[in-house]
Amino acid sequence: MLKQCEGSHAIAESVALCRPEVICAYPITPQTHIVEGLGEMVKAGDLENCEFINVESEFAALSVAIGASAAGARTYTATASQGLLFMAEAVYNAAGLGLPIVMTIGNRAIGAPINIWNDHTDSMSMRDAGWIQLYAETNQEAADLHIQAFRLAEELSMPVMVCVDGFILTHAYERLDIPTQEQVDAYLPPFEPRQVLDPREPVSIGAMVGPEAFMEVRYLAHHKQMRALELIPQLSAEFGQVFGRESGGLMRTYRAEDAKTIVVALGSVNGTIKDVVDELRDDGYAIGAAAILSFRPFPSDALHELLSHAKRLVVIEKSLAVGIGGIVSHNLRMALSGISLHAYTVVAGLGGRPITKASLRSLFERALRDELEPLTFLDLNQAAIDRELAREQAQRRSGPSAENILRDLGVR
Amino acid sequence: MEMQQIKFYQTGTFTVGNRLLEADQRSVQANMERTNSLNSGHRACQGCGEALGARYAIDAAMRAANNQVIACNATGCLEVFSTPYPETSWQIPWIHSLFGNAAAVATGVMAAMKVKGRKDVRVIAQGGDGGTTDIGFGCLSGMFERNDDVLYLCYDNEAYMNTGVQRSSATPPAARTATTMALGAEPGNAFGQGKNVPLIAMAHGIPYVATASVAYLRDLEAKVSRAMTVRGARYIHILVPCPLGWGAAPHDTIKLARLAVETGIFPLFEAEHGEVTSSNKIRHRVPVEEYLRPQKRFAHLFGKTPAVDTLARIQDMADRNIRKFRLMDERRHG
Repeated sequence: MLKQCEGSHAIAESVALCRPEVICAYPITPQTHIVEGLGEMVKAGDLENCEFINVESEFAALSVAIGASAAGARTYTATASQGLLFMAEAVYNAAGLGLPIVMTIGNRAIGAPINIWNDHTDSMSMRDAGWIQLYAETNQEAADLHIQAFRLAEELSMPVMVCVDGFILTHAYERLDIPTQEQVDAYLPPFEPRQVLDPREPVSIGAMVGPEAFMEVRYLAHHKQMRALELIPQLSAEFGQVFGRESGGLMRTYRAEDAKTIVVALGSVNGTIKDVVDELRDDGYAIGAAAILSFRPFPSDALHELLSHAKRLVVIEKSLAVGIGGIVSHNLRMALSGISLHAYTVVAGLGGRPITKASLRSLFERALRDELEPLTFLDLNQAAIDRELAREQAQRRSGPSAENILRDLGVR
Repeated sequence: MEMQQIKFYQTGTFTVGNRLLEADQRSVQANMERTNSLNSGHRACQGCGEALGARYAIDAAMRAANNQVIACNATGCLEVFSTPYPETSWQIPWIHSLFGNAAAVATGVMAAMKVKGRKDVRVIAQGGDGGTTDIGFGCLSGMFERNDDVLYLCYDNEAYMNTGVQRSSATPPAARTATTMALGAEPGNAFGQGKNVPLIAMAHGIPYVATASVAYLRDLEAKVSRAMTVRGARYIHILVPCPLGWGAAPHDTIKLARLAVETGIFPLFEAEHGEVTSSNKIRHRVPVEEYLRPQKRFAHLFGKTPAVDTLARIQDMADRNIRKFRLMDERRHG
């Protein structure tokens, strides 16, 4: 059904249609509206047969989810930013135990300095925790991916993170198609766990494992993600058949067929990138784009194929690996084996800095002329940085950097 | 014929002989149908108080719940010695997730059982003192505050034994651990620190809180059975001596667990909804020195010049417990 609604609310409705049995909630901006929406549905009796639990921390939220999932309940939670870091130990644990929990990440920067706005530093920090990571480009996709996520998680007995750009998507109101219960029921069968805590058939879960078997257990997690490389496109195709629209998959290309320059990015920024690609195409440049939807598992083969005829690669990253540069670029290098091209890493949009069409256009033009540095920070205020560096040079006790820069920007 | 009094207790130990009781009064462990939830063959040290306490507590819970029990374990000795993969001593559904989240995992299991209409299945969370009073404290308090239908069992051996005897917030004053060395002007753990989690549990107003000791196994069974008749958050704090960490002989585990109670150092009591409802009376009061002396962790108190001031401070603490929890039979001693 078509509806004008907030991204978070669409996600909440989608999750509710998946018939979750346990939802644990702890507030953190910008995911809060999602669990609020679900809590409202449970409290009002619209979402039946579901326990909604207000917990005392994100660590507890995911721990409650671990217990609920291990006891055979379809389990959901959501978090962001500091919350994801606070539950980090449980993030690895849920994956190690092979529990099919679905968790939304309302992508947000990590402090300090504290910042509530969007970038991908939070989910990127957990990229190797063993969860499948899907990145939504639009709110429609965000809503749809949750339905696919439960199916994927339960099929593989592996947790799935659905990453949704904070504010840009979570707080945006737009026209969205919310599926019917019948459609979702046709697509998503009831949860049939691979392992379950049940007094009728007692098992021990989470035992101590030494060197004799640990490698094998870890390898199996990798093996399952490799299986997900096949399963994700299948589930996306099946979703298309049931719901009548394309959503999900490993990656999505845009005007990339004959493109000599390819821009790669994750999440909502792909919308802006596509607009700029259109403009540059109009001007005669052979440029195209690719959105990575599944960052874990990483679609190496598909990206290798895509980039094998390209001359240039521009990776737009909403996170910074301090001390080296890009995380997505770094992962892409594995897929570039045997391919020779100019690769540019662009760190952009940290802490909610807008990524504008104008900035991207000028960036891509420089890339097309091969005038970009290997690592570029989009729209960096170099003057503000120089002033702070000068202060640090001038005196030992130069004070807190963030506050100094803010003062400069405000007072000047 | 003259009436002859039955010797109900074995001489000097106060241990009830099962043979002298009616069949329905005998302990869970005396029953052929006990579940052996924590089965033999695990790798606990000789004389491990935690293994003993866990076996009695879980078997008692199993009997009370008609064998419908799921247990969630914190990281620690109990988890490590019971489940080196691919072996497990647990005959019940059992999960270990992390060090600090046993109470929250139990909440999750409880929620799943509720939503699946399995109200007959009872959920237990368990951990050592580190996993309970320190790293797991946030999740424990959250579970209490929500009054989730979980029985939490803390096996308190008063330090981080699994990692090599480091101080926890349950380590008693003056005790030597690997991080409170018996050195300097005030050797061992500091006075005036640590937390009393049974009292903190009571402050949450939860329906049932109790303390127990592996020297009084019938009492432990009775308290677990009592806890299982209640719905909501319940907490039992069980003193379990650790021969390795305390520097004591394995055959002295029960003796030390008893002396901790008889000195007043570890009061046994029950509380409901935040109020103490009963306490176990001390039948044979002993000075704290008798409890402390056999333990190497307190050896620095008994050197060439005994630490009389420190011993007096510990005796003071014990005396305060005796007054506060009314541990002496007031008709005889008051």
